[in-house]
Amino acid sequence: MAAVATAVKPRKSGRSFAPKYPKWLTLPSLLYYSIFFLGPMAILAVFSVSIQSGFGSVEYTFSTSQFAQVNDSLYITVFERTLLMAATGSLLTIAVGYPLAYWMARYLSTYKMLALLVIIVPFWTSFLIRTYALKIILDSHGYLAQDLGINILYTKYAVGIGLVYNYLPLFILPVFASLERMDWTLIEAATDLGAKPFTAFKDITLRLTMPGVVTGGLLVFIPMCGEYIIPNILGGGKFEFVGNIIGDTFGDAQNWPFGSALSISLMAALSVFVVIYIMFATREEQFGA
Amino acid sequence: MRRRRRILTAKRGFTAWAILVYAFLYLPILVVVIFAFDKPSATSIATFKGSNICNIQPADIGNISVWNGFTSCWFAKGLNTSLYTDAIKTSFFIALEASIIATILGLGAALALARMKRRWRAPFDVLVYLTLVVPEIVIAVASLIFFVQVRSNLGAFPPLGRSTILLGQIVFNASLAMLVIRARFVGMGDKLEEAAYDLGSGPVSTFRQVTLPRLMPAVIAALLLSFTFSFDDYVLPAFTNGTTSTWPIVLYSAVRFGITPAVNALATLMLLVTLILIVAVAILLRRSRVEGPGQEEHGLGAAFGLG
Repeated sequence: MAAVATAVKPRKSGRSFAPKYPKWLTLPSLLYYSIFFLGPMAILAVFSVSIQSGFGSVEYTFSTSQFAQVNDSLYITVFERTLLMAATGSLLTIAVGYPLAYWMARYLSTYKMLALLVIIVPFWTSFLIRTYALKIILDSHGYLAQDLGINILYTKYAVGIGLVYNYLPLFILPVFASLERMDWTLIEAATDLGAKPFTAFKDITLRLTMPGVVTGGLLVFIPMCGEYIIPNILGGGKFEFVGNIIGDTFGDAQNWPFGSALSISLMAALSVFVVIYIMFATREEQFGA
Repeated sequence: MRRRRRILTAKRGFTAWAILVYAFLYLPILVVVIFAFDKPSATSIATFKGSNICNIQPADIGNISVWNGFTSCWFAKGLNTSLYTDAIKTSFFIALEASIIATILGLGAALALARMKRRWRAPFDVLVYLTLVVPEIVIAVASLIFFVQVRSNLGAFPPLGRSTILLGQIVFNASLAMLVIRARFVGMGDKLEEAAYDLGSGPVSTFRQVTLPRLMPAVIAALLLSFTFSFDDYVLPAFTNGTTSTWPIVLYSAVRFGITPAVNALATLMLLVTLILIVAVAILLRRSRVEGPGQEEHGLGAAFGLG
């Protein structure tokens, strides 16, 4: 997704005499975003301060009662669980993905692009099918449970595995891009001067690729917090995320103002991370220009 | 000597880890393919009256998380189930339309933004990234309220259905397309365009003959990526679909309320088609590479959205 942008090598150029494209070319997409993105967001905000009056109809007012309702230990628990699970999932994704990206960037040459492609190919099978396949593997009647005694379907472990599995490629892309920019002669220089390999890695490689790790980590953490399918299928309704509760208020419960307040609260909880992500992602060097 | 050996050990360790991770990534896909050939459980076959065991209903199928024996009848069953094939067709055409419109929007924005002053570009960038990072469930419920409310209050927009799915999906896909295309546009520099200008080519012909051909890998990448995301998208369509069934919606309810290996069979077929397409695109790109500075190394990569 946004990871694609980070693969660009920075390029400094002086004054350009190349054609500038007219600014109005941005107008169609700007108009489109205004109607179909900002529009829904605005009406969501309006709904979150409205009151439900009867089944499915709404009274427009300015009331904080929905948010008061969100601020209940029941929902706070769900928020805490969501953030904790997403944080754990992201850290696990980093732990699994970083060494792989390092391996590709450091040790591969001819097959580098192929290795990367092989990471992305699973993306081309339906997300739902892949999650269902994990369910087959983890099923209580399956081999893992029956023969190895690992019966973890519908627990946080199953949800965790599902998160790491589905978000791993998304993390690897930006981190690989930043590892690709690494100048490995720096490591040679450091070890020649007596640094232990691990010290060289920690002080040079890790430091230089930290922006990539942060971008990639947030790129998986933020959508994990809004995850809906994985907790539903692998958590079996016993381990719900905020997204599931929001879905329920719009599906079964038909309480749109409350669901809107939950959505706004989720965005508020994520805003810090979103701001950090956007700051990293839009940094000038990534688009050169 | 010792240092060389240590480096070699490190390399082996990383390679072993990589193999493990690849196995982890591909195990579920292998499971999908293998279980597309799985029979219903022995007890369900014993109590089944008909002759084609693939006509057994999901509720009676028994335990299909273990291997019950080989059958290939799920492929025919899947292809003859109109619930599935209709949904796949619906998803295909929505994804096709969404990716084309999104790529056109993204291309325009990418061209203009790449050489715009930062002051103008920054707010647009923030908007683009917001469309990508706001949780999809939030966008989904917001779009649901939006489409329903605007229709009932202003009479604008079609009722919930195919078109509202399409309208909603274009937002995310346009941002995706914009980033992919702009990354390449910035990356390829402006030397050749400058040269075309110096040689007296006008803006339109420069774009048509110089810029667009060199941007093509990114444009194709944007199309492919947004097609994939749209085709695979569950959450947004699940809230804005009305009564329209897309393939992910059908899949989801199958996973929740009763699934047969017919679904695995269809997924296997689609995987096969995708792999053939990937190979075909790779070969095509290799053939049609436009020679030029700073271009070749990312030929294949760019086509798969890697900039």
